[in-house]
Amino acid sequence: MAITEEATKELTKGDAVAATVEQPLGILTRPTSTKGWKSWLTTVDHKRIGILYGGAALLFFVLGGLEALAMRIQLATPNGTFLSAETYNQVFTMHGVTMIFLVAMPMAAAFANYLIPLQIGARDVAFPRLNALSFWIFLGGGLFLVSSQFIGGWWSNAPDCGWFCYQPNGGVIFSPSRGVDYYAIGLQITGIASLISAVNLIVTCLNMRTRGMSMFRMPVLTWMLLVTQFLLLFAIPVITVGLFLLMFARLFDAQFFNVAAGAEPLLWQHLFWIFGHPEVYILVLPAFGIVSEVIPTFSRKPIFGYSFMVFSGIAIGFMGWGVWAHHMFASGLGPISVAAFSLSTMFIAVPTGVKILNWLATMWGGKLTFNTPMLFAVAVVSMFTIGGLSGVTHAMAAVDTQQTDTYYIVAHFHYVVFGGIINGLFAGFYFWWPKVFGYKLNEKLGKTNFWLMIIGMNLTFGPMHILGLQGMSRRYYTYSGGYGFELWNMVVSIGAFTIALGVLTFIINIFYSKRKAAELPPVGPDPWDSRSLEWMISSPPPDHNFDEPIDVHGLDEFWHRKYGYDDDGKVIAFATAAEVAQTGDRTDVHLPSPSYWPIVVATGLPIIGYGLIYSLWLCVVGGLFVVTGLFGWAQEPADDPNAVHDDHDEPGDDGDDAQGASALEQSSTEEMSVDG
Amino acid sequence: MAEAALDAHEHPETNTGMSNSKLALWVFLGSECLLFGGLISTYLLYRNETNGGPTASDVFEIPFTSVSSFVLLLSSLTMVLALSALRRGDETRNRIWLLTTAMLGAVFVGGQVYEFTAFLREGLGFTTSPFSSAFYTLTGFHGVHVSVGIVMLMSLVVVSLKGDLSKERAETVELIGLYWHFVDVVWIFIFTVVYLTV
Amino acid sequence: MTETATTVEAEVERHDEHDHPSDRSYVGVAAVLGLITAAEVLTYFFDVGPFLIPALMVMMTAKFFIVAAYFMHLKQDIPLFSGFFVGGIALASIVYITMLTTFEFWDSFDF
Repeated sequence: MAITEEATKELTKGDAVAATVEQPLGILTRPTSTKGWKSWLTTVDHKRIGILYGGAALLFFVLGGLEALAMRIQLATPNGTFLSAETYNQVFTMHGVTMIFLVAMPMAAAFANYLIPLQIGARDVAFPRLNALSFWIFLGGGLFLVSSQFIGGWWSNAPDCGWFCYQPNGGVIFSPSRGVDYYAIGLQITGIASLISAVNLIVTCLNMRTRGMSMFRMPVLTWMLLVTQFLLLFAIPVITVGLFLLMFARLFDAQFFNVAAGAEPLLWQHLFWIFGHPEVYILVLPAFGIVSEVIPTFSRKPIFGYSFMVFSGIAIGFMGWGVWAHHMFASGLGPISVAAFSLSTMFIAVPTGVKILNWLATMWGGKLTFNTPMLFAVAVVSMFTIGGLSGVTHAMAAVDTQQTDTYYIVAHFHYVVFGGIINGLFAGFYFWWPKVFGYKLNEKLGKTNFWLMIIGMNLTFGPMHILGLQGMSRRYYTYSGGYGFELWNMVVSIGAFTIALGVLTFIINIFYSKRKAAELPPVGPDPWDSRSLEWMISSPPPDHNFDEPIDVHGLDEFWHRKYGYDDDGKVIAFATAAEVAQTGDRTDVHLPSPSYWPIVVATGLPIIGYGLIYSLWLCVVGGLFVVTGLFGWAQEPADDPNAVHDDHDEPGDDGDDAQGASALEQSSTEEMSVDG
Repeated sequence: MAEAALDAHEHPETNTGMSNSKLALWVFLGSECLLFGGLISTYLLYRNETNGGPTASDVFEIPFTSVSSFVLLLSSLTMVLALSALRRGDETRNRIWLLTTAMLGAVFVGGQVYEFTAFLREGLGFTTSPFSSAFYTLTGFHGVHVSVGIVMLMSLVVVSLKGDLSKERAETVELIGLYWHFVDVVWIFIFTVVYLTV
Repeated sequence: MTETATTVEAEVERHDEHDHPSDRSYVGVAAVLGLITAAEVLTYFFDVGPFLIPALMVMMTAKFFIVAAYFMHLKQDIPLFSGFFVGGIALASIVYITMLTTFEFWDSFDF
C-alpha cells in the first residue's frame, strides 16, 4: 500500500483531478485515471482491492491488539484497576468482534481477491464493481462498529455482550447502552459485504478459469478459498436472521428473546452457532490454503495427496454444518442432542487430521528451506494441532461442561485463531509480499518477528489452559489474590506484550525492507521458485495480469514449465522462471473502468445504521446514498462479463513500458485502454 | 463437460457456458434459502407463543390470503410471458406483461398491507407476542422482497420505453424473472406453512 | 474429446435458441399450479382429518418443483443451477429442522 501512495506523488497532478475540478456537475462521471489516491477510491482492480482489504485489516488488527493489551494490563495482577468492569466488558467484546469480523475475515478476503484470479489465470473477478462494493461496505461496517467506542462517550457505547452476544444478556434490560445496536447493525453491514464477495468469487472460480484450468487443476489455496466462499454464502444469512431479530428486539421491542412473553433465548444461540461453527472454518480454511502453497514451495516437492487435500477441505465444509451445538453443551440441550453433536464433533477432526498428515508428508524427504514464510507455515501445522487437540477434548460433553466459560476455552480457540489463522496469514504475507509489492521482506527481521510471535503466543495462550483447569472464568474483569492465578496471569500478560513486539517488528519490516529494496536487485517474477500461475507474471503484476491467457496442462503448471524429469525420474530444470514468465508489457488490454458508485452505495449503509440508532431521518439520507448510487450504477454501461476475457487486438499504442522492477511498475500501465 | 466445451471454443465465454450474471443469481438464491429458512423456523418455533394475545386462527382470513396467493401465482405466469415475448422480439407485449406483473405484485403487497392493518385492529401488534413479532417479520420481509421486485420490474418498463430493452438483453428480464419466481416460491412455502396449517 | 465437445456445444446452442416452451405450455403449467392451490385452499373448508399436514406438504412440494422446473426453467438449465437451489434448500432444511428438533418442536404435533 505504502508503495503506491509514494509512487503516485508526482503523478497525481494528472488529468483525473483537473477534470473533476473543471466539471463540478460531472463530479461523479466515470473516472478514468488509475493513478493517485483518488484512484484507490474508485478502483475495480481485484489486486488493488485485495491490497485495500489487507491494509484495512492490518489497521483493525492493531486496534484489536491494543484492546488485548489493555485486557492483559488489567489482568496482569490481582485486583487490577486499569479498566473498570463496564469498560472491560466492552473491550473484550470489541476485541473478539474486531479480530474475527474485521481482521481474520478481511485478511482472508485480501488473499482471495488478490490471488484467486491470478491462480486461475483470469483477468479479474467476475464482477469488478461488485468487488469494490464489497470492500467499501466492509470498511463502512467496520468503521461503524469501531465508532461505537467514541460516539456518545469514550468506551461507554461499545457492545458489551461478548462476541456471541447471548440473549437475553444482549437485550435492552441487561445491556442498556447502544453498544449491542452497533453490534447488530454493524455485523449485518459487514455480512452484506461478505455475501456479495462470496457470490462474486464463487462465480469467478466456476466461470473464469483459463484454458485447461479444470477445477482439479486449481491450486489448493484457491480451492480452500472457494470452499470458504461457499461457507460464507450459506452461513452469513443465518447470522443475518439472528442479528435481524436482535435488532428488531432492541429497537422496536419485538418479543423474540423475551422469556416472560414465552420466547426462547436459545433461538439466538442456535442461529449464532449455526453460523458460528462454519465461521470457524471460514477463518481457518484460507490459512490452510496458504500453508498448502508455502510448504510445497519450500520443501521442493508437490503437495502430497492433492485430491485428499481438496476433498478434506470440502468435507470440512460440509461437516462444519453439523457440529454447531457443541458450543451449547452447557445450555441444557438434552442428552440425545448432546450425544449426537458430540459424535459429529469427533468426526470432524478426521478431515482436519488428513490435512495435517498431508503437510507432514509433503515435508517428508523434501529439501526444506526454513525461511520466514516456511517457519510460519510450520508453526500453523504445529500450533493448530495443539488447538485442534484441545478442541477434541471439548467434544466430550462431560469434560466440556467443566471447561465451558473458563480460560481453557480461551486457550483452545486462541491456539486455533492465532496459532492456525494469524500464523497462516503471516506466512502468506511473507510469501506473497514480493509478488504484490515487488520487494521481499527482510529475512532477519522476519525471523525476529516469527520467534517473538511464536514464543509470545505460547506464553500467552499456553498458561491459559492451566488457568482454565484451575477454574478461572473468562470475561471476569478481575480476580482476587490467593487462588494461584497470579503467576500464570503475569506470564500471559508478558506473552501478550511479546506478541505485540512481534507485530511491531512486522510493521517495521514493511518500511525497512521497502527502503532497502531500492539497493537490491529486482525480485523478478518468481523469487521463491514456486509452482502456481501468479508467479508467471511480473512482480507486482501488471493491471491486466496476463499478457496472453495461459494454457494449462496440469497441476502446478508453472513448475512443469520450468522443470521436467529425465529418464531416471530425476528432476531436471529446463527453463528459468524469467524465460517462462510473461513480461507484462502488453498495453492494449480491455479492462473494466473504475467507478465511483460502489463507494457511494457503501457510504449509505453506515448512515442508515446511525439512523436506526439515533434518528430515523438519517436513514433517509443513507437511503438516498444507496438509491443514488444504485441508480448511477445502473446508468453506467453494464459491466460486460466478456470484457475481462476478451482481448481486443487493437493496435497497441506504445505507451510507457518502463520495465523497472521497482515498485513504481504498478502505475506504468497508464496507457492501458479502458472500457468506455 | 465444461472443459470439453471450453476446448472446442476459440474464445471461451465462460467455463460453464452460462453467463456470470445468471450463475451469480443462482448462487445468491441458494443463499436466500438459508435467510428465509431462518425466518420461517423462527415463526414455526413461536407460532403458538401468543402471550395472551390473538392466536393465528383468531386473526387469519384464509379466503382473503388465498386470493392474494392466486394473484402472486398469476404474476409468475405473466412474468414468463414477458420473457417469452421479448425472446420473440415483441417489445410491446414484453412491456405489457412486465407492467402486468408489477401490478399484480402491487396488488399482493397492497393485500398484505390491508391484512396487517386488519390484524392490528384485532389487537395483534408487532410487539404483542413472539408469535406476532415472528409473523410480521417473516411476511414483512417477504413483502419487502416483492416490493424490490416491483421496483426492478418498473425499471425494466422504463428502460423498455426508452427502447433499450431489446431481444439481445432478454437475459436481464430472465434474471429479474428468476428473482420474481423465487419470491413466489417462498410465498408457496409461507402460504402453506404459516396460513394453511393453522 | 472432440465429439463430446461438439455435442456439448450443440446442446448449449439448443438451449440458447430453440428450447423455450411455448406460451401455451406456460399457461398450462400455471393452470396446474392454480388447481393445486385450489386444492390446498379447499383443505381449509373441508376437514381432512390427520391427512391435513401430509397432504399440504405434498402439494406445497409439488408446487415448488413445478415453479422451479418450468417457470425458473431449471429443467433445461445446467444441473449446477439446480445444485445451488436444491443445495441451499437441503442445507436450510437440515440445519433448521435439527434446530427445531432440539427445541422438541415436533412434540406439538400428534403424528
